[in-house]
Amino acid sequence: MHQEIRIAGMGGQGIMIIGQLLAHATVLEGSNVVWFPTYGPETRGGTAECTVIVSSEEIGSPVSSSPHALIALDQLLLDKFAQSVRREGLIMVNSSLAKAPDYRDDCQIVALPANDIAEELGSSKAANMVMLGAYVQIVKPVSLDSIIECMTEVLPPHNHRFIPLNKAALEKGAQLV
Amino acid sequence: MAKRKLLKGNVGLCYGAIAARCNAFFGYPITPQNEVPEYMSELMPANGGVFIQAESELAAINMVYGAAAAGKRAMTSSSSPGISLKQEGISYIAASELPCVIVNVQRGGPGLGNTLPGQADYFQAVKGGGHGDYRLLTLAPWSVQDCYDFMPMAFDLADKYRNPVMILMDAIIGQMLEQVDLHNDFPVTDFPKPWATNGAKSRTHNIVNSLWIDPDVMEELNNRLKAKYEMAQREETRFQEFYTKDAELVLVAYGCPARICRTVVDLAREEGMRVGLLRPITLYPFPSQQIAALAQNGKRFMVVEMSQGQMVEDVRLAVNGMADVAFYGRTGGIVPNPTEILNEVRASFGKPPVVSYYQNTAPCKEATN
Repeated sequence: MHQEIRIAGMGGQGIMIIGQLLAHATVLEGSNVVWFPTYGPETRGGTAECTVIVSSEEIGSPVSSSPHALIALDQLLLDKFAQSVRREGLIMVNSSLAKAPDYRDDCQIVALPANDIAEELGSSKAANMVMLGAYVQIVKPVSLDSIIECMTEVLPPHNHRFIPLNKAALEKGAQLV
Repeated sequence: MAKRKLLKGNVGLCYGAIAARCNAFFGYPITPQNEVPEYMSELMPANGGVFIQAESELAAINMVYGAAAAGKRAMTSSSSPGISLKQEGISYIAASELPCVIVNVQRGGPGLGNTLPGQADYFQAVKGGGHGDYRLLTLAPWSVQDCYDFMPMAFDLADKYRNPVMILMDAIIGQMLEQVDLHNDFPVTDFPKPWATNGAKSRTHNIVNSLWIDPDVMEELNNRLKAKYEMAQREETRFQEFYTKDAELVLVAYGCPARICRTVVDLAREEGMRVGLLRPITLYPFPSQQIAALAQNGKRFMVVEMSQGQMVEDVRLAVNGMADVAFYGRTGGIVPNPTEILNEVRASFGKPPVVSYYQNTAPCKEATN
C-alpha cells in the first residue's frame, strides 16, 4: 500500500490537523508516514496545504509529483491542485465552498457539503473532519477508530472539548459515502 | 526500551540535543526553525540545562561563545538570514578553537527571502561563512531519524576537533513529521577540557582569545586549524550510496532533494535506466575521494539542489574533468518533485519527458505512459 494525499484549504479550516491525524493513525497501525506542511506567513486567511504519504514500504521522496487523492476544502485550492491528481485518482470537494471540477472525468469525484453537514452537527468548523471521515471510508488507509484514538494526542488539551463534535463529524462523513 | 514517536525534524533535533547532554541553548526566533527554541525552552530546564531566548542572533551566538569557553556543550539554531547574522561569532569561535553546534534550517534567499525550503547556504556553511581561514564540519540529515541521531555525533565532533559543527538542513526536513526511534543509545565519550575558562582555582588561568598580534603566532593557529581539517577529511567523511556500483548516471544530492532522488532512482530503474545516488552525509569534509573514484569508473553525474548550483562546484572539483557533471536546481522555495527530476534523467539518456499521470500542468486526458 502506498498512498500520496494532498490536503488543501484556507488557513483556519483545519487542514494541518486532519493531515496530522491521518499521520498519527498511520503510525498507530504500524505503517510508515511522512507529513509536511506548506503555508504562508499569515496567521489566518492565507492558504494552507499539506502532503501526507502513507506506505507499507520505506518512504523515499516526501514530495509527491502527483497525489493519489486530493482533499480540497476551498475553491481556490481545488482549482490550484485538481490538475495535479494522478490519473484515475480521487478528488474530494467540499461542495459548501467549491464547485466540483468538470475537467477531470478520469477521476473519482466525491462532493460533500462539509460545512453544512458540520453546521448541523454543531459547528461548521468540523467540516475538515467530515472530509477526513469520508476519505478514510473510501480509501481505508487506516481505520476510523485509529483516527479517533489519535485525537487526544494530536489536538492541544484546550481543544479536547471538541473531540465529541469531531468524532460525530468524522463518522457522519464516513456514513455519507 | 526504544521509543518510537512521530516528530518533526526540528523536534527530533531537540531530543537529540538532550541525548547529547547539551548544557545550554541560546537562540532567537525565525521561521522555519521555531520548533527548536519552542521545544528546547521546555526540554533544557527539565534536563538540568540552560535555555535563553536572546535579544538577537548576535547575542545568541556570543552566548554560545561564552558557554563553550566555559567548557559547556552549547548550541544555537536559526535559519538562513539569522545564520548570516551569526557569522562574526562563528568565526571567533573557530579562531578560539571552541566546540559548539549550530543548526541552520535553510529557507529561501538571498536577503530575507521567504520561509519556504532552500539550500542556498551551502557555500556559507562548508567554506567557512565568516571571515578568515576556517571551516565548519557540516552534517546534512535527510530524515527525522537523522535529525535525532546527528546531534550527539555533532557534539562529539565539535569536542573532538574543538571546532564549530553545523547541521545544515532545509525547511522540509525541519518541518516534516516522520517516525523516529528515540533509542538514546549513543556512545558516551569523555572529552577533557583543560583549556576551559571555568574558574582558575589551584591552576594557572586559561585564556580564550581570537586576537593574535604576532604574525608567527597567528600563522601557527592557521596551521593548527589546517591540520585539524586535514585530519577531519581523513577520519570523518561520511556518505551513503544507493545502486552506484552498476550505475551509468550517479545523482548527487543532500537533505530533502536526496530523499526525492532516492525515489527517482527507483523510477528510473523501473524504466531500465541505470541510475544511482550518492548522498553526502558530511558536506564538509566532502566525499571527494569517492566521487573521484566513481568518475574514474566511467560514471557521469547529475547534482540536484534547491539552489542555482553550489554543491555542484565541489562535485566538479572532485571529478576534476574526468566525467560530465550536469546540474538541476529549483529555487525560490520551490521543491523539485520526483517527476521533474526523472524527466531530467530521461533527457540525459536521450529519452523524451514522461507524459503520464504525473503531468500536472496540461489537462491529463491524453496522458499515456
